[in-house]
Amino acid sequence: MQPLTIVTGTAAVLPLANIDTDVIIRIERLTQGDQTTLGKYAFEALRYRADGTENPDFPLNRAGWRAAPILLVGPNFGCGSSREGAVVALAQNGIRVIVAHSFGDIFYSNCFQNGMLPIRLPEPEVLRLMALSEEGGAPFTVDLIRQVVIDSAGEDHPFDIDPLRREGLLAGLDDVGLSLRDGDLITAWQASDRSRRPWIWNPVHRDAPGRARSGEPA
Amino acid sequence: MLDKIWDTHVIRDLGDGWALLHIDRHVLHDLSGPVALDLLHARGLDVRDPDMVFATPDHAVSSQPGRTGTTYAPGGALWARLREGTEREAIRFYDVGSRGQGIVHVMAPEMAIALPGATLICGDSHTCTNGGVGALAFGVGQSESMHALATQTLRMRRPKAMRVRVDGALGTGVSAKDLALHIMHVVGTSGGIGHAIEYAGEAIRALDVEGRLTLCNLSVEMGARSGFVAPDEKVFAYLRDRPFAPKGADWEAAVAAWQEIVSDTDAAFDRDIAIDAADVAPVVSWGTAPDQSIPVDGRIPDPDAAEDPAVREQMRVALDYMGLTPGERIVDAKVDWVFVGSCSNSRLPDLRAGAAVARGRQVAAGVNAWVVPGSWEVKRAAEAEGLDRIFLDAGFEWREPGCSMCVAANGEAVPPGARCVSTSNRNFIGRQGPRARTHLASPATAVASAIAGHIADARKL
Repeated sequence: MQPLTIVTGTAAVLPLANIDTDVIIRIERLTQGDQTTLGKYAFEALRYRADGTENPDFPLNRAGWRAAPILLVGPNFGCGSSREGAVVALAQNGIRVIVAHSFGDIFYSNCFQNGMLPIRLPEPEVLRLMALSEEGGAPFTVDLIRQVVIDSAGEDHPFDIDPLRREGLLAGLDDVGLSLRDGDLITAWQASDRSRRPWIWNPVHRDAPGRARSGEPA
Repeated sequence: MLDKIWDTHVIRDLGDGWALLHIDRHVLHDLSGPVALDLLHARGLDVRDPDMVFATPDHAVSSQPGRTGTTYAPGGALWARLREGTEREAIRFYDVGSRGQGIVHVMAPEMAIALPGATLICGDSHTCTNGGVGALAFGVGQSESMHALATQTLRMRRPKAMRVRVDGALGTGVSAKDLALHIMHVVGTSGGIGHAIEYAGEAIRALDVEGRLTLCNLSVEMGARSGFVAPDEKVFAYLRDRPFAPKGADWEAAVAAWQEIVSDTDAAFDRDIAIDAADVAPVVSWGTAPDQSIPVDGRIPDPDAAEDPAVREQMRVALDYMGLTPGERIVDAKVDWVFVGSCSNSRLPDLRAGAAVARGRQVAAGVNAWVVPGSWEVKRAAEAEGLDRIFLDAGFEWREPGCSMCVAANGEAVPPGARCVSTSNRNFIGRQGPRARTHLASPATAVASAIAGHIADARKL
């Protein structure tokens, strides 16, 4: 995973509320292709016209925002389906930071597994950033070390992020490596849980006595 | 209740509300399962506890009678990857045509894979459904799924606690689905973000287990990753003797522990909502978000009446997409398709409620109406009581278990511009197919609409 420390660039504005993951990536793109080519299908229904040509009104098709590494979006962004392909598709368009008042919970978690920084800011601040970005001018900077968004007018907008999430992004690490280090702890916990909650363990043991008589389907 | 379940599963406290949390049950389906298995493989890791993992194809398989895993050819590759990946890792796999196959959130409670007080995950946002039996269940992405395959844990932050209390009794002809849509209309699509929702109160206790599964299913549409109901005697009776239910002394010990999961009388909630069951009518959605709904005897709302300009604009966009006019009665909307199915409403009581309306009646000319049972088990039980005959005689198609037209990832979609009354949970733009128009409703309302040829109130048929 690519580490994320400081991101500087333009910030594309997508103000609609409740943009769900079905809109970010259509389900057919997940059933019919592999995950390395999702980028061109991000926001497909909004980004292209019925004849397949680009919709010039769609923000990400504007000259200045085409390569924007930052997205400023409406509330409840990424609600709906858990599909991680939504984050993958955005990342493949070079997007590293998404700023919103709120995010769908699963989408928010998925961002951190893909080197993407989702930032929550109060609604008035998001609207202010959107207005500034619409005006053009200087690029935005997102500094994860200092935990601030610096807008085109040079003003700081501090944001909160869980320290664990921040460290993961700064180091370019997802969770698996860290948790694998706790392998022995997990083993010990499970051993004690087997006596504490045998009903969680015994029904699924394939070699448990009586397994074959318990009505398990073949 | 949230704290009690959470604390039981903490392996390591990571600070700031974070924990390395034990995952008791992990369910894989054909869309996200193969990706998670491939990610695991790519890292050279093994499945830590294959006995805790269960897999079945549902999203990308056809529901056509006589289908196989490859009837829908593009999904066939996913089906094969799930089958081969689970075989390689010694994970239980319930294939098409066999007991155990079905929509993940229908089969998991039905097989007693979901248990009260257990943590359960699946790479699907509607995993919250399993909270209907008192599990702490939540949807995850493919990376988190891979993490859980490798470690049988997740690094999670404890959500905030929210309670939705429903007092009083639901009226005749008002179902769990209507209640869920009503609650969503009150709470909104983002009101549950960051929270786990506990449903409590007299009207919740009165619901059967399947109704609670329906209710919990829609938690994620309010932004909550989990929803649950405290387990009670109804849940214990439902689970007893199912394939993965505890047996003998384990069962006795489990029930004793499960009875302790209920929230204490002085439990505190970060958010507490009160609903009067008497206010709930059969509900139909009119827009492109699940909280955009009205009672079935209501009129399409007028965007100009909304105070917030952003809301006004959202309503206009939604009405334009849906092809509806403010002020008109929603029952005047002509229907082209009806879909009874999905992890919201495809269980036996749902099919019984639909069949009660369909019995002795005929689907209106020009309406395509499908019934897709949620699992092999539901289908078999419904056929044993003759529900398939009732639907077939009325002109419905009776199909094989899967997600079908709810997710439209299997070649089964509502055509562009067509209007569908659907018992599913999402009316997003394009969800049931490009330009498809979806009205969310209960099984009774959906079947009544198929018969009337327009959106209809089953109580007045």
